[in-house]
Amino acid sequence: MIDVLSNLDRRWVFAAMFVAVGWPILSGVRFKEEPSEGVRRVFRAIEDLPEGSTVLMALDYDPSSQGELQPMASAFTRHAAERGHKIYFMTLWPAGSPMIERSLRIVEQEYPDYVYGEDYVNLGYAPGLEGAIKAVVDDLRGQFATDARGNSLDSMPLTEGLRNIQNMDLLVNVSAGDPGAKQWVQYAATPHDIAMVTGTTGVQAPSLYPYIPEQLDGVLGAIKAAAEYEQVLSVAYPKFAESVKAQEGLRRMGPQLVAHLLMIGLIVVGNVIYFVERSRGPGGRR
Amino acid sequence: MNENNRVWWILFLVGGGALLVRAATTEFGKSYARDQTVYVTVEGGTAEVDAVPGLPTAESDAAHPDAARWTRSLAADPGERDDPHVRFSWADTIGLWCAALLTLAIFSFLFGDNPGYRLAEAIFVGVSAGYAMIAGFWEGIVQLLLAKLIPVATKEHFLPGLEPDPRWADDWARYQSGDLGYVAAEWAATTLLSLVPLVFGVMLLMRLSPKGGWISRWPLAFFIGATAGLRLIVHFESDFIRQIQATLLPLIVFKEDNSFDLAQTLANVTIVVGVLSSLVYFFFSKEHEGVFGGVSRLGIWFLMITFGASFGYTVMGRITLFAQRLEFLFDDWLWIIDPLQRRAGL
Repeated sequence: MIDVLSNLDRRWVFAAMFVAVGWPILSGVRFKEEPSEGVRRVFRAIEDLPEGSTVLMALDYDPSSQGELQPMASAFTRHAAERGHKIYFMTLWPAGSPMIERSLRIVEQEYPDYVYGEDYVNLGYAPGLEGAIKAVVDDLRGQFATDARGNSLDSMPLTEGLRNIQNMDLLVNVSAGDPGAKQWVQYAATPHDIAMVTGTTGVQAPSLYPYIPEQLDGVLGAIKAAAEYEQVLSVAYPKFAESVKAQEGLRRMGPQLVAHLLMIGLIVVGNVIYFVERSRGPGGRR
Repeated sequence: MNENNRVWWILFLVGGGALLVRAATTEFGKSYARDQTVYVTVEGGTAEVDAVPGLPTAESDAAHPDAARWTRSLAADPGERDDPHVRFSWADTIGLWCAALLTLAIFSFLFGDNPGYRLAEAIFVGVSAGYAMIAGFWEGIVQLLLAKLIPVATKEHFLPGLEPDPRWADDWARYQSGDLGYVAAEWAATTLLSLVPLVFGVMLLMRLSPKGGWISRWPLAFFIGATAGLRLIVHFESDFIRQIQATLLPLIVFKEDNSFDLAQTLANVTIVVGVLSSLVYFFFSKEHEGVFGGVSRLGIWFLMITFGASFGYTVMGRITLFAQRLEFLFDDWLWIIDPLQRRAGL
């Protein structure tokens, strides 16, 4: 048995992973999430703002991270709209514009009373990497001649008097890498004391924890935190518990659990093989 | 036939057979679109937009005289296909099948490198680069350069919503009424400082020239210098000073009611010890032995735990991406599952 496992073709591991992830998706198995304190902090950052507060929603990701980050962006958008905040969308990533469109569709379909230009606006893609953050912090008009739809910023109540983002009540960032959350902390949140929360890919999350709580109010790290955020949102606003669209992250935690169990099993088996082979000595089989 | 080819043929035949069976027994892989006609009327510089469901009709055209109009198609759920304004969309269906087959092509790399994977990879890179180039042109060249350098022409041809700057609002009005020629209006409106990035941009492109490549070094030197200066400042403030401040924590913490706060005390001690021991590990001017070596080894433990957490997060991220692609295949393409109830009633 040990010999078979130690010489197992790695493609069998891929096949096992396919089953481990595919079966929960097909069966629709789901688990309840218990929101952590970190997730509750992020929730409170949006929840505790007075109605009508200004929120800059910087969605810095593209389709390759959509599976992990779209649930966060959708949850942030729903939460901000539910609280009646004024939302300014923008992105530092060229392929981030279609991601913003997904959030705009949520606002248009689920919050018909929200008026474009009065309650939310799409500033679009800002080229210039981290330099674009510096630009919108100091002089937003220098970075955006119009909004993403070609409307004059002076023609919309939401952007009429907007000169920079220093007076935003909250900066919400969904980030897949650079430029992203780290740069928003460095160029906007820290020097100008702008309150900020972020949702990031798992790869990026550990590098952002040192900024909490002084420079960053909270981090949603990976799909687990996204699912917890959806959970806390559905408790605060029961209508989200009924909506299948508002549970994308929760849905993706079923495959996570089974895949993690498989990985733990593989690690244990790998270690057993290692110790058995070591006990056999350099001669090999017994 | 070698083993690899045999497995490929088996997979191909099984997959194709399964698709045929599914096609014979049920529907799948279809996309639907909802048509909408948009009428735009401009009065007094303000655009009035009216979106009417469906394709344009004589009645809707008559209801919007003097309006510019275009049609657009929005994604619709298959469950809505009985709606008279919803139709089967060949374009979206082809796109759906391309996405599904390219996803499978990328997955095929797990079995081994193959032409299908390389094709999908090349398409991904090419489409991403093309998309970034177009987005960069509209948002960079048009919005940030042309809108400042030749604002009159930009407003007329690219960005009708570009608001005339107060400095040239009067000239714009005179230009519109015919009192001012185009060149004079443009001259009054231009921001000559924008010539600097234009010149820098052209100088950077000289890198492509066989003889004038050296010219690109000057703007490059400027960008590197400016970026280094900018980063130096923000890193110093954000990642150095503020991080040191955040590490200066009380090692014994009391709650507001003066009772001992064990949890926060442990958290603070862990942070301080973790930072100091990790720093010691990277201090190479003294031999790592004795107490110093022990602290250094403790630093290694902290580093290893950090890397482990980071790796765990990475694994979670990758599984999520995989799950999302499988969801796409099972839901959007094969119609095996319907978590969003988009095909309710079919």
